[in-house]
Amino acid sequence: MSKEDKRRIMLEKVLKEHNYQESALLEILHRAQEIYGYLDKDLLMDISGSLNIPPSHVFGVATFYSFFKLRKPGEHVVTGCLGTACYVKGVEKIMEAVEQEFNVKRGHSTPDGRLSLLVTRCIGACAMAPTIVVDDEVIGKATKEIVIQKIKDVLGGDKAENR
Amino acid sequence: MSVNLLKLKIDGVEVSVPEGTMILKAAKDNGIIIPTLCNLEGLAPYGGCRLCLVEISGSPKLFPACITPVGPNMEITTNSDRLKEYRKMVVQMLLAERTHICSVCVANDHCELQAMANQLGVDHVMFERKFTQEPIDSTHDFLVIDRNRCILCTRCIRICDQIEGVHTLDLKLRGKDSEVIMDLDEHWANSCSCTSCRKCAKVCPVGAIYIEGEPIGHTKNKEIAAFIRDRRNRR
Repeated sequence: MSKEDKRRIMLEKVLKEHNYQESALLEILHRAQEIYGYLDKDLLMDISGSLNIPPSHVFGVATFYSFFKLRKPGEHVVTGCLGTACYVKGVEKIMEAVEQEFNVKRGHSTPDGRLSLLVTRCIGACAMAPTIVVDDEVIGKATKEIVIQKIKDVLGGDKAENR
Repeated sequence: MSVNLLKLKIDGVEVSVPEGTMILKAAKDNGIIIPTLCNLEGLAPYGGCRLCLVEISGSPKLFPACITPVGPNMEITTNSDRLKEYRKMVVQMLLAERTHICSVCVANDHCELQAMANQLGVDHVMFERKFTQEPIDSTHDFLVIDRNRCILCTRCIRICDQIEGVHTLDLKLRGKDSEVIMDLDEHWANSCSCTSCRKCAKVCPVGAIYIEGEPIGHTKNKEIAAFIRDRRNRR
């Protein structure tokens, strides 16, 4: 069985658990993102059909919450904290530097799909502001030099493994 | 079925209206017009535009008249100086939020936002104007949507859902990024559920949805929702 089929079976189980109820849309989108990693249009159309909810409504809900990802995330994810403390401490400059250095806009991935740049509202580590999360590692009191070096390291790390 | 009538005062006038009536409707039935841009007879009230805010004595809060039901012995003020100021501010925020330039708009002279600004005496916009430049979707055979002129009243969405029944339209994202979408944010021509019924264009208060080549005064029809609802109820 292909990976795709397995995922569909898992989704079907979730749908059944909720008895295909319209009111379970949010929970089902949550679980679908766990299973697939992100919510693409085919998947949203599938959920819309299964729950008999208009596609535009499903899309509206999925885009209302920033938690849901509609694009495939890159292999490596860099998340900048745009909470108040980090903002005051100049995270914006670091984000701009990262955008320039790696030619990626916030909320998007590089064309080769290797790096995504995301923003979040406060990761709860304000004492360490400004903070940037590279993959799962939190960089506190970040500077653009440290962050760019760290990203280069994780991107370069893969290449070394591939060799 | 007996209807419970409530007695209340609107702008000092004593009126009695059935329980459950919204303040906006109660006022209208008694000849008091409260300004609104999102409310439309025949569609479920939405409470989005905030133009119908009224004062109810005993509370410092303002209440949206379209979604606030009447209560016994309420004393409602619909047109105080404070409300006038707030309404002017709301219209200015609507004008600042996107790209509203009357002279180059299809709805010029047939626009409810324009009329509202005139009626309320809005002569300047004191907020920074955004002048959004979203691409126009004219892929459909004759329906066009220019989201830069949209005020997010959701009349088109509600009529598509509640009257036409297909729910092709909805809102995506939120806040200033909100946009009216078709199905999964498709181009209009690719929408699989749209029946091209034109009702969205008929109720759009501004020039955001219009019919290509048709004079907008001919397209617009605010009564269509109530008309269809009443015809359906006859059966």
